[in-house]
Amino acid sequence: MRSLFGIAREKNELGKKLRMGEILIRGVLTFFAVLSVSITVGIVYILAVESARFFSSGEVTIKEFITSLKWQPVIRQFGILPLFNSTILTSFIAMLVAGPLGVFAAIYLSEYASDKFRSRVKPTLEVLAGIPTIVYGYFALTFITPFLRSIFGVNTVDIYNTAAAGIAMGILIFPMIASMSEDAMNAVPHGLREAAYGLGATKLEVSIGVVVPAAVSGILAAFVMGLSRAVGETMIVALAAGAGSALTLNPFKSAETMTGYIARISGGDIGFDTMDYNSIFAIGMVLFFLTLMLNIISQKFVRKFREKYE
Amino acid sequence: MISDITGRQKKNRTGILLFQAATLAGIFALIVLLYSVINESFGYVAIQDEHPIEEFGITSEKIEDLQRAQLIEILEQNISKGLIHRFEFEKPFSQRSTEEIFGIVLDKVVNPQVVRAWSLASSIFQREKIRDETRTEYPGARLEFRSWISFRFLFSAQSSIPEKTGIKTALIGSFFIIGIAIITAIPLGVGTAIYLEEYSKLNRFNNLIQVNIYNLAGIPSIIYGMLGLAVFVRGLEPLTSGLIFNAAQDSASNGRTILSAGLTLGILVLPIIIINAQEAIRGVPRSLRFSSFGIGATKWQTIWHHVLPYSMDRILTGSILAISRALGETAPLIVVGASTFVAKQPSSVFSKFTALPIQIYQWTARPQPEFRKVAAAAIIVLLILLLTLNAGAIILRNRYAKKKKRW
Repeated sequence: MRSLFGIAREKNELGKKLRMGEILIRGVLTFFAVLSVSITVGIVYILAVESARFFSSGEVTIKEFITSLKWQPVIRQFGILPLFNSTILTSFIAMLVAGPLGVFAAIYLSEYASDKFRSRVKPTLEVLAGIPTIVYGYFALTFITPFLRSIFGVNTVDIYNTAAAGIAMGILIFPMIASMSEDAMNAVPHGLREAAYGLGATKLEVSIGVVVPAAVSGILAAFVMGLSRAVGETMIVALAAGAGSALTLNPFKSAETMTGYIARISGGDIGFDTMDYNSIFAIGMVLFFLTLMLNIISQKFVRKFREKYE
Repeated sequence: MISDITGRQKKNRTGILLFQAATLAGIFALIVLLYSVINESFGYVAIQDEHPIEEFGITSEKIEDLQRAQLIEILEQNISKGLIHRFEFEKPFSQRSTEEIFGIVLDKVVNPQVVRAWSLASSIFQREKIRDETRTEYPGARLEFRSWISFRFLFSAQSSIPEKTGIKTALIGSFFIIGIAIITAIPLGVGTAIYLEEYSKLNRFNNLIQVNIYNLAGIPSIIYGMLGLAVFVRGLEPLTSGLIFNAAQDSASNGRTILSAGLTLGILVLPIIIINAQEAIRGVPRSLRFSSFGIGATKWQTIWHHVLPYSMDRILTGSILAISRALGETAPLIVVGASTFVAKQPSSVFSKFTALPIQIYQWTARPQPEFRKVAAAAIIVLLILLLTLNAGAIILRNRYAKKKKRW
């Protein structure tokens, strides 16, 4: 701010006056940095303004939005619960796949694997995390769903279902959870492990009984981060979870998620200021604060972990 | 429990197996995923001609044996006058070679259609069964081994017929969009990183910027799409549709243009570029800065001549990774308003757009199984592009690493 009010008096560390060009460059760079903040402000502003339009239309109240059990814009039913429910359902299935696999793989990579094995496997897992989510959507629809149908029966499993979407999502976030958990386990001081070995513990007992509890806040951070990714994931659910909301806990039924609804509605040509247009912003608002909350919780865990060991 | 040593050792061994299995499950998933894509990209297809060439008394498909006049007569009898006029307008029949005319006859009159397509695995292991099925279910159809990914696929425009469609418009769209994203995001991102690492002092305001950037990186990409929809498509419509430059391509675009899509993806990758560039700049040794200050350089001279060149490899690697993220992004483009059908290739940043991942999405979402094959072929193209980008990043890093030894 000083550069705005006191250009002539601007001085460097040696007490010399700064050159005009230097001040200008610094001003431009500061502007860039401020611009990045304005993105967040812009997102919050737009979500708030458009959601306000949605709720002031007179067709839906905030109470109905939260408590009503039906989301059917055609008959003016705007209860977010079915969409929210299937978002949680797909994310839960994803965590069921990625959570245990991710932690087990992290234990193996940090405690057991040779350096050579680790240096080969880690890049492979990174490849998995770098594949665009649209490819996972394709995979869920053309491979996982037929696979589930051949196991559980065509009548039990719908063509579009939340289970396939959840499993594909699990594969997507598995590398992230593995990598974050491994970092946490690597940061556990060696003295802790050696103390346990000294008492006669086996390697498994050290891993499960010492390393994992010591790294638990780092692992939790990875879980929450993974959950946040799953909640915001769009393309997999847009392709594999189905269109049309349904309030169900059956993972083999089709049920649209919050992100799936946003993608489907905005994919068609929507007119501005229609209920459809405004409704995606109201859902976007819920999505934004949900993921923001998860990200903040995850950062809290990371900070807690760092305070402990670093 | 403590005394039961054999039991504990047994548990220890099962533990190792379990952990190893979990790690390998990741690699297995990657293999299955690639398999499922490749499996759909190649395989036998049964092709049935709408009007087999023999119907017209042509028995040989050798060009030398064909009669020009006969071919033109077939065309005149079987396709509409309007279409003939269009061909005549493009290039008069008298100037076309026999080969060319035969091509038109094959395409428009004979009109071969894929009636059934098989996967690669069944094409290899169940060849006999496929032959039998074709013979009984599609009499008159011929069996051909087809690679759904081909040069023709790369260089033809979109079509509603799966075997004739291509990804040319989508590829051009993707390149345009990524270009705009790069132009906006890299200067902004690197500039912000320089500010945060070199200029900012530890205070609440700069801390806010830093925390904000980390949070931006965690926002779902679809939210960025909504920001783009509200700001670029709707709010800045006169700019993004090219109206204020008198360059609007089609009034139907309504701001749903390549420019809007590119800016949206630029904002999306900005936090990634900033974070990577910050790490790169942080890795520059302090001694380098001090020696530059020591010989009287100003702060910006130090940054421009020493800090940036030294950290350029990592900044570029980070930027390439950000670009490869943008290349695969689908959700924000859908929200910003990718067009469902773009047959004409985009001519400027104010054109309507489609992109490679959007094409994959639309083809996968179609019910016809043939479109799944096309989607698989497009996925392979996308994955090859991403692989090339990542390989480029690694080569770049190694090249600069050699140079760095001289510092």
